[in-house]
Amino acid sequence: MKILTVENLSRAFGGIKANEDISFEAEKGKVLGVIGPNGAGKSTLFDLITGYTKPDNGKILFENKSIFGLKPDKISNLGIGRTFQKLKPFADQTLLENVMIGAFVKENNIKKARDNALEIIEFVDLIEKRHHFARELSTGQRKRLEMARAMAIKPKLLLMDEVTGGVDQKTIPGLVELIKKMRNLGVTIITIEHNINIIMEISDNILALDQGKKIAFGSPKEIQNNKKVIDAYLGTVDAA
Amino acid sequence: MTSEIILQAIVTGLMMGLIYALIAAGLSLIFGLMDIVNFAHGEHLMLSMFSSFWLWSLFGIDPIFSIPITILLMALCGIATHYFLIRYILKAKMLIQICATFGLSIFIRSIAQLLWTPDFRNVDKPLLEGRLEIASVFIGQPQLIASIVCLVAFIGLYLFVTRTETGLALQATAQDRQAAEILGVPSNKMFAIGWAIGLGCVAVAGGMMSNYFFIFTDVGINFALFAFVAVALGGFGSIIGCLYAGIIIGLVESLGGLLIDPSFKLLYVFAIYLLVVIYRPQGLFGRY
Amino acid sequence: MNKLDIAKSEPLWNTNKNIILIISGLLFLLISLPFFGLNSFYLHLFIMIFMHAVMAQSWNVIAGFSGQISLGHGAFFGIGAYASSFFFVQYGISPWISIFIGMFFSAIVAVLIGIPMLRLSGHYFAIATLLIGISFQVVFQRWELVGAASGLWVPLTQEDSWASLQFHSSKAPYYYIFLFFLVVTFFAVWLLNRSKIGFRLRAVRDDAQAASSLCISVSNYKIIAFVISAMIMAPMGSLFGQYILIIDPDRMFNIEISIIVLLITVLGGIGNIWGPLIGAAILIPISEYSRIYLGGTGGAVDLIFYGLILMVICIFRPEGLISFVPKNILERKKQR
Repeated sequence: MKILTVENLSRAFGGIKANEDISFEAEKGKVLGVIGPNGAGKSTLFDLITGYTKPDNGKILFENKSIFGLKPDKISNLGIGRTFQKLKPFADQTLLENVMIGAFVKENNIKKARDNALEIIEFVDLIEKRHHFARELSTGQRKRLEMARAMAIKPKLLLMDEVTGGVDQKTIPGLVELIKKMRNLGVTIITIEHNINIIMEISDNILALDQGKKIAFGSPKEIQNNKKVIDAYLGTVDAA
Repeated sequence: MTSEIILQAIVTGLMMGLIYALIAAGLSLIFGLMDIVNFAHGEHLMLSMFSSFWLWSLFGIDPIFSIPITILLMALCGIATHYFLIRYILKAKMLIQICATFGLSIFIRSIAQLLWTPDFRNVDKPLLEGRLEIASVFIGQPQLIASIVCLVAFIGLYLFVTRTETGLALQATAQDRQAAEILGVPSNKMFAIGWAIGLGCVAVAGGMMSNYFFIFTDVGINFALFAFVAVALGGFGSIIGCLYAGIIIGLVESLGGLLIDPSFKLLYVFAIYLLVVIYRPQGLFGRY
Repeated sequence: MNKLDIAKSEPLWNTNKNIILIISGLLFLLISLPFFGLNSFYLHLFIMIFMHAVMAQSWNVIAGFSGQISLGHGAFFGIGAYASSFFFVQYGISPWISIFIGMFFSAIVAVLIGIPMLRLSGHYFAIATLLIGISFQVVFQRWELVGAASGLWVPLTQEDSWASLQFHSSKAPYYYIFLFFLVVTFFAVWLLNRSKIGFRLRAVRDDAQAASSLCISVSNYKIIAFVISAMIMAPMGSLFGQYILIIDPDRMFNIEISIIVLLITVLGGIGNIWGPLIGAAILIPISEYSRIYLGGTGGAVDLIFYGLILMVICIFRPEGLISFVPKNILERKKQR
């Protein structure tokens, strides 16, 4: 089943066409990787889907219902969660409080929300740091905080923006495991990644963007051999 | 409501507008450099006017001649403000920065009230006085000269910021403090210069206005509010925006007062502010 | 037990039990103070402390708990004072009831102002609030219906009257009424902080974008904070009107009100429920004593201190005086 359908999505900022005529579908329960050089329009795509920016035209259907033009809080209410490339933790609050705010979406009782939050914090393996303020956490821990917080709203679709960016090498396998665990729970995942190896490892499908346009869509194997993708990536691949 | 009366209001508004523009330019410069709104800007204007007044009252120096002294004094005041207050709050939360300059404004205003009482003062028989009549419009000479001087100062400021080496250094610091530092532009020095120039603008405006305006401790409040509106209208960080915005505000104040009701001038300007920040948040020329 | 179970078994809140003792003790002390024969001056002093603590708490809700910096909050004080007094003076409605009318009106104004202001943040918002605060004074100075510049005069009753909320023989009843409102307000804010709404307000304060990705309607919550804040401020205006028995634009819409609520909260500790109380307890006595000893120059001297203290706090201790209170008095030890 297609949980997300995007048709002819476009958005320009002044003269720059950040996203131009993009169409693709995300299959329920699978991982869709999004790749592209810097400036390809990947984060803009996320902003359009989650309602932070209004598209100029096109269609966005979530579970076959249009979410075009809806505000971010309405969209997250429908079951779309996201993490941000530039991390946005609630700095002056603890890890637990951060995740609790997510948990409140599905649970009104404070104690139950707290317990739910704790379970998710356990899931991302940060339970010892639950009382630490978000600003005290390392980058890798903050990435996990964002994932936990987004997971707490029990999303059907989770958009992750560069979770392995800026994180040191030994933390990466843990994050990858986490993504796989989430997928196994039935969450559909769309993830922007620069690290080609990771994308190849976790994606069921891959969407490749360049200069605002979609240049390829297919399985990892197909994308690996796609000439357009290789051209776009010459010199910019992060072959870790 | 003859066309002459309206023309009069337009001319008056235009002249005031040029003065608002210069005051706003000082504010905009400081904000552009370090993201700090000087909530004490009105009080700095008040200090300039009092500087003019006391130099005249105690030493008999006419306001036109004391302007260089006032400029120097206010530039020093600016540097002192930066050195003793601003540089400690550069990294603080916005709330704290707002409270700090807000506190400064309260402090300056109330010390002035204590030292000089809230009485209204004015400079009696300055060199610049009298009226001109041009095409049935009456223009006070001091007002006219003041506006022209402010315009000239504004142009001077603009040229300084865009054409001189120091000006470009200021721009660099405003755009990217760290990058500028790496290239050898010391931020702290730039900030101090920014404050000196910003308050220098206010000194010119205040000095010229002391020829004809009443001088009292609360005089800065309205000017400050109009300056905030002008900077928001012109666009935070844009010097040229201040010129257009200042003129618009001057005209709105003057025509609104004439056509609707003079006692609600503040509200008209406030209405402009709301319209601008809601429908065009970045202002006319803003970067944000 | 594994780590998760240990974590789940922790208490939800980590307030130190001692705090309850301290508060009870303080409350008991405050209630019994008048019986030890406080004279009129001291009663006035405490009344001012109580009133300003509540006013500052109102500002704390909007600035400290939801991150919107208002420089014109005095407007709600004036609205509360005028609304309740108007209905009392014109229609004879008892002050006890018209206090609620005042709260109602300020809630409405909060919504009407709040909605257009949603688009503003940071400096833009602060400047707009400054303009609003001053505009209210300008408007009320010319509004004939409420007495323009001379304002409203509360009809004096001969005797002390609980029905008309007016006491002449002693200030003690005012003391208890303000103390009552202080307790109720602080309790309400305490409940707010521990509620789902409280969590969401803090999220909006810390990062509005992230909050909206977590199903929080930032606009709604900003308005909610505005309304709650206004409804806390309004009764103080109403009660103050009943205390000084004259309601005019210079007293009720004075920019000093906006200044002092900000100062008290920042001094005490913004974002902390006890900040307003600590700030008021320290600042009001300074203000009242300077009024006495530096007599004639009166008003200006207060403000000199306010400005100075505000700057000093911003430079040296922006978290406020509450940061001097050792952590283990307020909080239980947390498992780190």
